[in-house]
Amino acid sequence: MSKLKHEIIETNAGWLLVATMLAISVGGLVEITPLFMIDDTMEKVDGVRPYTPLEQRGRDIYIREGCYTCHSQMVRPFRDEQLRYGHYSLAAESKYDHPFQWGSKRTGPDLARVGGKYSNEWHVQHLIKPKSVVPESVMPNYPWLLTTPLDISDVGDRLRALRATGVPYSANAEEYRRNAERFGEDVARQLHIPDAQRNLVAQAQAGNFDGDRSSVTEMDALVAYLQVLGTMVDFRQYKPEDLVKYR
Amino acid sequence: MANETARTPVQTTGHVWDGDLQEYNNPLPVWWIYAFYVTIAFAVIYWIIYPSWPVGSGFLKGVGSISYVNQQGEEESWHWNTRAKLLRETQAAAALQRPYYDKIASLPYDQITKDPELSSFVLSAGKAIFSDNCAPCHQAGGQGVIGHFPNLTDDDWLYGGTFEKISESIHKGRRGYMPPFGEALEAGQIDALANYVLSLSGLKADAEKAARGRELFHSHAAACYYCHGDDAKGRQDIGAPNLTDKVWLWADVPGAADDAGRLAAVRRVIAGGLDRGVMPAWEGRLSEEQIKLLTVYVHELGGGK
Ligand code: HEC
Ligand code: HEC
Ligand code: HEC
Repeated sequence: MSKLKHEIIETNAGWLLVATMLAISVGGLVEITPLFMIDDTMEKVDGVRPYTPLEQRGRDIYIREGCYTCHSQMVRPFRDEQLRYGHYSLAAESKYDHPFQWGSKRTGPDLARVGGKYSNEWHVQHLIKPKSVVPESVMPNYPWLLTTPLDISDVGDRLRALRATGVPYSANAEEYRRNAERFGEDVARQLHIPDAQRNLVAQAQAGNFDGDRSSVTEMDALVAYLQVLGTMVDFRQYKPEDLVKYR
Repeated sequence: MANETARTPVQTTGHVWDGDLQEYNNPLPVWWIYAFYVTIAFAVIYWIIYPSWPVGSGFLKGVGSISYVNQQGEEESWHWNTRAKLLRETQAAAALQRPYYDKIASLPYDQITKDPELSSFVLSAGKAIFSDNCAPCHQAGGQGVIGHFPNLTDDDWLYGGTFEKISESIHKGRRGYMPPFGEALEAGQIDALANYVLSLSGLKADAEKAARGRELFHSHAAACYYCHGDDAKGRQDIGAPNLTDKVWLWADVPGAADDAGRLAAVRRVIAGGLDRGVMPAWEGRLSEEQIKLLTVYVHELGGGK
């Protein structure tokens, strides 16, 4: 029997390592490089903006608590999903998400469009004890969110880290001006890193998400985040057939 | 094993452990190799049929296409993709339900409930929409949760139980507001008011305190009458509930163990006020037809007027 040709690779750890890396990077390159080149799959829609400092802290808590282990944030373009959750998710809607929360594990429902669906009160009640509003729920209780004050000391650093990945938070007057042109003054103010702490407290106080104005809790942040999910794009502005053409 | 080896000598890797342990170096089974080639062929066919490979700043569109109707009512088609497929399927399903939805959109409410075929459509379609959107608050049967979400099956309405009022509740959402009296009034006054409120429903209350509460209720200091009405039967334009009907939403009177508990529940509401009763607005999230259908569904839950 002829000597098998790949024996050279199989019997040499160095070559095996190089060949394995090559094989893996082909897979990666084929999937990732096109995303930098293809420009007609990112929908051109208005309204998508980075999260405010309060929403972003809520997002951090969402990730810390592992909500993503049971919830996805991507409505697939299927009829049953559209009927239950609303409009399918667009690529543009998660362009500022780091890391994105698309996911495919759904023990609970998809949350991509949960913003505005329920009241703040419902979310608070539901997070403290899901069974009190949805008797058959298997979601765990998160009562500590309501009693734990939100740590806001490092919120500026968190936004700066996101800015390094390309999210347009502004760190100086020039960037602020560009944001104001792009998103309008109101949003631009929220995205200004030097004011992050003040903005966070102001939004929590005005929104009163957890029903208690006296302090800013983790509940305030998480509910503010949940309430903005999927609400940035106004789909009445777009014809369904136009969104089809981005695929 | 020993026999087989003797029959068909195979290559080994050449390593020997412990004097006699060797490692075979068999070629892959033929069936496995062919199955592997088949998966490659499958992938090539898939690339041809469906959108796949990136080329330059675009990608191969595949050979399939899907047609659907655009907003001008013209037939239009695009290369196969899941969004186009969804649009087509949505339109096909809408066409099937069209006869029902057209009737629901054009008929006045009371005609819908009189038509047995339409009523059963409302019941089944309404149940599905209600479960997805309303049940997390109002519960699956519409019975609500005391202290949080109103019961929609009884004939006691905060904002009114006519088709028009129910439709308005769903379209615009609702947000009831009662100011807190904990600072404006003294503890004794709040206690008196609580006794009066309980007495209105025929529950046990201290007669002397209730009489004092009755006075306060109609006084300028508390001004309860301004929202709940002179007769305490409520004002539906602002969602102030009828306090005389034994139906409780915010004060958990039915859940209290004893008279003291009932009093405390009412005192809490008066002292703390209410502003957490928020019903989200569904205009824009649900279609006009879905809202009309839900209006009839809620009306028929038992309490419609
Ligand atoms: C063990 C799995 C699990 C985890 C972890 C979990 N959930 Fe859930 N969640 C569920 C299930 C199941 C439901 C559906 C029943 C219900 O509404 O409670 C649900 C429902 C929800 C809903 C309502 C969605 C809708 O459209 O009705 C929200 C909002 C939600 N979860 C938020 C969260 C957040 C925020 C976290 C993290 C703090 C979290 N969940 C963690 C299982 C989970
Ligand atoms: C986030 C929780 C929540 C959801 C979801 C919700 N509701 Fe409500 N609903 C409320 C609350 C709270 C009130 C009472 C508002 C108040 O007290 O001012 C209310 C009031 C109403 C009323 C008026 C009741 C009356 O007595 O006048 C109707 C009708 C109603 N809801 C129907 C619906 C329908 C239909 C849906 C689904 C499309 C729905 N609700 C979804 C919380 C909710
Ligand atoms: C500004 C209007 C307003 C005034 C003044 C007011 N209320 Fe109310 N009250 C409401 C509204 C609105 C609700 C229902 C809130 C909701 O549905 O979200 C309510 C609810 C209640 C409830 C709860 C009923 C239940 O079903 O659990 C009680 C009890 C009550 N009010 C008593 C009083 C008393 C006593 C006073 C006077 C000290 C008073 N209210 C003054 C508007 C008012």
